Amino acid sequence: MEQFALWDLIVNILVGAMIAATPLVLAATGELVAERAGVLNLGVEGMMVVGAIAGFSAVIATGSAALALLAAVVAGSAMALLFAVLALTLRANQVASGLALTMFGLGLSALWGQGYSGLSAPAFPRLSVAGLGDLPVVGKLVFGHDLLVYLSLALVAAVAWALARTRLGLVVRAVGENHDAAYTLGYPVIAVRYLATLVGGAMAGLGGAYLSLVQTPLWVERMTAGRGWIALALVVFAAWRPWRALAGAYLFGGITVLQLHSQALGLKVDAQLLAMLPYLATIAVLVAVSREGVRLRLNAPACLGKPFYATA
Amino acid sequence: MGPMFTRLGRLAMAVLIATLVAASLAGPPALGQSKAKVSFVYVGPIGDHGWSYQHHQGLLALQKEFGDRIETSFVENVPEGPDAERVIDQLAASGSNIIFTTSFGFMNPTVKVAARYPNVKFEHATGFKQAPNLATYNARFYEGRHVIGLIAGKMTKTNLVGYIGSFPIPEVVMGINSAYLAAKSVNPNVKFRVVWVSSWFDPGKETDAAKALVDQGADILMQHTDSPAPVKYAEDKGIFAFGQSSDMAQFGPNAQLTAIVDDWRPYYIRRVGALLDGTWKSGDVWDGIKQGTVALSPWSKKIPPDVVAMAGKARDAIAAGTLHPFTGPINKQDGTAWLKARETASDKDLLSMNFYVEGMEGALPK
Repeated sequence: MEQFALWDLIVNILVGAMIAATPLVLAATGELVAERAGVLNLGVEGMMVVGAIAGFSAVIATGSAALALLAAVVAGSAMALLFAVLALTLRANQVASGLALTMFGLGLSALWGQGYSGLSAPAFPRLSVAGLGDLPVVGKLVFGHDLLVYLSLALVAAVAWALARTRLGLVVRAVGENHDAAYTLGYPVIAVRYLATLVGGAMAGLGGAYLSLVQTPLWVERMTAGRGWIALALVVFAAWRPWRALAGAYLFGGITVLQLHSQALGLKVDAQLLAMLPYLATIAVLVAVSREGVRLRLNAPACLGKPFYATA
Repeated sequence: MGPMFTRLGRLAMAVLIATLVAASLAGPPALGQSKAKVSFVYVGPIGDHGWSYQHHQGLLALQKEFGDRIETSFVENVPEGPDAERVIDQLAASGSNIIFTTSFGFMNPTVKVAARYPNVKFEHATGFKQAPNLATYNARFYEGRHVIGLIAGKMTKTNLVGYIGSFPIPEVVMGINSAYLAAKSVNPNVKFRVVWVSSWFDPGKETDAAKALVDQGADILMQHTDSPAPVKYAEDKGIFAFGQSSDMAQFGPNAQLTAIVDDWRPYYIRRVGALLDGTWKSGDVWDGIKQGTVALSPWSKKIPPDVVAMAGKARDAIAAGTLHPFTGPINKQDGTAWLKARETASDKDLLSMNFYVEGMEGALPK
């Protein structure tokens, strides 16, 4: 009996961790693509929150989860496009443009969402493979999630594969490492950066939609509550590698949920200390990773955040 | 023809401008009279459906009550810190007659700005520093917590109430203790589990905390955070919850048993009325159920009639002043005596409460 309870607890914590981590996985992986192409977009929070309201308003209007995700992708990309025009075409400062995008996104989503607070989204579809979801432990942990969790994992795999194994990935990395060389070789630097920025926006939009469609599921102003900034930190934490970003997001989500559960269990632990834990763990791993300082620095895209001027 | 046309054009333009100006001035009939400018500073978005939303309802009530005699403005999402001082100062400098700053963390900025503008009236919510032109006001939310504690004690089947806390400040601790004492008075087996999320507003994290509590067997949720996410979670899980600050029934029509509603409207109307009459004086007001500042939203039909009767009776007794939620004998969690039999807690004790009462589980974070 005791044993079952313990298993249940562990499964509950792991399932909770995956839920808490999924918005971060999506947003961080998207930002990672943009940064690998040399674009530092600090507007993740803004793109996420606009994705959240876009997805929510679409599901209210149509009742379709697929259309809601599409709306979130389009809205996130549209925000990213705005950033790209400012930072890539007009060569505005990337840091300032990104911060402005976040502020704009928070304001726009609040305006857009005025009529939507208090409404309820229909339940998001879950994976249902006959019988598998009822298996003990594995059922809940492997087969019991909503579809976006699997989509997020598939997207991480796709990004990892594309960056490492495809020609397009190679071009993206080349543009991020040395845009002048890439340009000399005939690659359309600005077009590649536009594409990477849009991918980043689309995934941030999905991450926001996960919050408003699956995790809570409701719309409240500013509901992303800083997750965009954590996603940005995770990219550095991951040394710009997709699988590490996934691991980092799960670690962060896992510790967040673990500390909430340990409080719910009635363990005598210090809540403030626990609240710090995810951040402490992130710093600790970051320090550990930076001991391979040279590798970390080599991994940071050399042209990250630098404007590109085509030389004749 | 040319100059003539130009002159006509200019004339037309002048008429147009004059009409526009007249129209814009004619809007408020009280033309020329001094209009009081009333300003609000909010810590969250007015769309939080909780704390800031309720203060904003107060602003809307002022517009309705005083119409053209006042002009209102507000700034939302103001962080508690140096930014707040800049915002308050700007409101004072731009001609506000009275400024309501509606979060605890605005206390020191409000004090500073009030000293610079002796002719402007300031009102700070939930703080404790006054000046001749700076009044403070608060609400006795713990009175509402007593009533929901009674309901929770009667209605929990698992005898476990989950409580989502923000920060362990006296305001929040007093609410937990009040609800727990009430629940235990009707159900000796009831237990409370508190999960602190270290935030006033994070719907995602509040949901995660609600999930952790429900996983542990809690079948009723209480919250001292500002988003409706826990009520929504309770709705999806088919359990019960209590709304916070605002009626959250729209987020959980089946889940919400009642909500503790902060109704600032009567206070704001009284104070702005005093400003207009010229009778405004500084002071410190701590109103509760009696004055209507703390209200309970309509009972859910899921509450059995005997429990409704009990809750209603407690609410009315608190309003009448015959029931104080903190009436002795009450011991602290470590077993030391706090209140003697029939002794009631002083306001000073309540406002500095930093301990759990006897029977509460877990350690209160310091």
